[in-house]
Amino acid sequence: MSAVVEADGVWKRFRLVHERNHSLKATVLRGRRVVAEEFWALKDVSFDVKQGETFGLIGENGSGKSTMLKCLTRILTPNKGSVRVEGKVSALLELGAGFHPELSGRENVFLNGAILGLTQNELKKRFDDIVDFAGIGPFIDEPVKNYSSGMYVRLGFSVAINVDPDVLFVDEVLAVGDEAFQRKCIERFNELSRAGKTVVLVSHGLSVVEALCDRVVWFSHGQVQRVGPPREVIEAYTDTVEVDRHVDEFGHPRWGSGEGRITGVMWLDERGQPTSRLYSGRPARLRLLFETSEPLEHPVFAVSITTPEGFEVSGPSSRDVGCVPEKLNGAGHVDVTFDRLRLLPGSYQLTLALTDFSRNHAFDVRKDLITFDVERGDSRETSGVAALDGQWEIVRADT
Amino acid sequence: MSLVAAYRSSRELFVNLTLRELRSKYKRSFLGWAWSMLNPLATMFVYTIVFSLFFRAAPPPGVHGLNEYSLFLMCALLPWNFFQISIMGSIGSLVGNAGLIQKTYFERKLLPASNVGANLVSHLIEMGLLVAVLAGFGDWEAVTFIPVVLVLIAVMAVFAFGMGMLFSALNVYFRDVQHFMNIVLLVWLYLTPVIYPITTPGVQRFLPLLKLNPMTEMTECFRSVLYYGRFPTPAQFGYFLAAALVALAVGWAVFSHFQDDMAEEL
Repeated sequence: MSAVVEADGVWKRFRLVHERNHSLKATVLRGRRVVAEEFWALKDVSFDVKQGETFGLIGENGSGKSTMLKCLTRILTPNKGSVRVEGKVSALLELGAGFHPELSGRENVFLNGAILGLTQNELKKRFDDIVDFAGIGPFIDEPVKNYSSGMYVRLGFSVAINVDPDVLFVDEVLAVGDEAFQRKCIERFNELSRAGKTVVLVSHGLSVVEALCDRVVWFSHGQVQRVGPPREVIEAYTDTVEVDRHVDEFGHPRWGSGEGRITGVMWLDERGQPTSRLYSGRPARLRLLFETSEPLEHPVFAVSITTPEGFEVSGPSSRDVGCVPEKLNGAGHVDVTFDRLRLLPGSYQLTLALTDFSRNHAFDVRKDLITFDVERGDSRETSGVAALDGQWEIVRADT
Repeated sequence: MSLVAAYRSSRELFVNLTLRELRSKYKRSFLGWAWSMLNPLATMFVYTIVFSLFFRAAPPPGVHGLNEYSLFLMCALLPWNFFQISIMGSIGSLVGNAGLIQKTYFERKLLPASNVGANLVSHLIEMGLLVAVLAGFGDWEAVTFIPVVLVLIAVMAVFAFGMGMLFSALNVYFRDVQHFMNIVLLVWLYLTPVIYPITTPGVQRFLPLLKLNPMTEMTECFRSVLYYGRFPTPAQFGYFLAAALVALAVGWAVFSHFQDDMAEEL
């Protein structure tokens, strides 16, 4: 199949502006307009994307992947080299970019659609689909400044995805919206690729990239490190990012930068004694032991409980509940207390993580550190993995 | 990209951006669109009182003995206002839409173009009302000359678009441009026989200099058809048209030169 997106020896220079003179006087006085340091955000980048492929761009922050996407969408112009994109293009770089706050959703749909290259007639035909997909309903005639941020983003996404492009560029937009909407979006991507459309996406979510993409390119410091099948490239990438990824003494994967470490974990019974016997529906307490080699600012502890098959039953973090200290130093423990353990009888695995507040940087991650069993206890439910313990009541209609 | 090809591929967006300008302009104001009429009316009253009543500026009699300073004034002031707000609006359109430029790609020239387009819509309404009033004063020629007026307005729009492209592109790099242009346009207005008749004795001494100003011919063209009821001379129209085309060419070239880097510079 032929390449529909092609980057050929692309170089892009940015200036790190220390002092920008937007006024004429300052320019004349200092004899130059900008005091800046130059750096190359892209250095001789070449790759191509075949028709119908879903293609992922991965890399650390500042590695040049978003710059590459902006060059492909013609927002930025390369200093050297060329980019070529065939067919009708739509880009999801920022959802709702160009919405005018005072105008209604309807008016903005038409404006945004026109920016993305749809004609009035095409837009009229798709209008109902767009509104449906966004789930905006009667708010469509309200000014968008009254929208919640979720509605705003959903409407922006809905317009862009309904453009029916030949090539769709996506930048990190899957990080927005609630889970239901994200699922809808991913379904839509799959539909597009089944229809033979080409999707190029930038994402930090490696699992999303692995699930969606046919091929992946990995950027590092503005250069292409590797292009190939997702699993292979993502593994090569994570190997370098998670610098000291290795297996711990029990053979479980462990990675992180190491300023803070999770040194142990245990379940405690009601009397605070370590135990290995857990009962469904009864109180339980999880204790994580940690130590730090330097003060950590706003650290976040996270727990992930999965089934042996890898299905995540629950993944709470201290950030979710607002339990984040300014600074954490030395050694100590974190207790997570469950009034009632809502897991049904079965075997579960526990992954623990200590990260910074953004959760993008891992100090220590211990995957599948322990496996524990839950036995039959107070909950009488039997099916599934979680006992939600709803109250049942049957009310007969009086005739 | 040639002008025609650019227009064809961007027509829909041009219409939409223009509608956005028009719709959002008077949103949340109580009088709404009435403001676009109230502004020229207010200037008309002020100038008429100051120049006709206080300074006794006397316009030469027009067709059918028409002799009304306020009408004489409006024949040139309305086109001038269109020119001025289009340039200033274009300058603001790039900085005001920085988010759009940084996040999406589209033909950037459409931003100044749609600004001129939106102003053109109000201008056409204003000129329509002016022609109606002129007809009410017995100047039926203004009605028969409507096709010529439309041609003149089109040339005016081209002129404003060219200037708008030129200065909006420069304004991305130097924000002084917008302040500078405010002064330039103020001075330019007074160096153009808009408020005073070109036949004023004091003005006649500077006539050769004044004739260098293409806007002088602009006022003469509009007044010929609207006020005097005759065709403008080919020289008058030719100079005005030439100036507009030069502005378009220079504006287009400068804008094209800068537009690739606008997303970074904004």
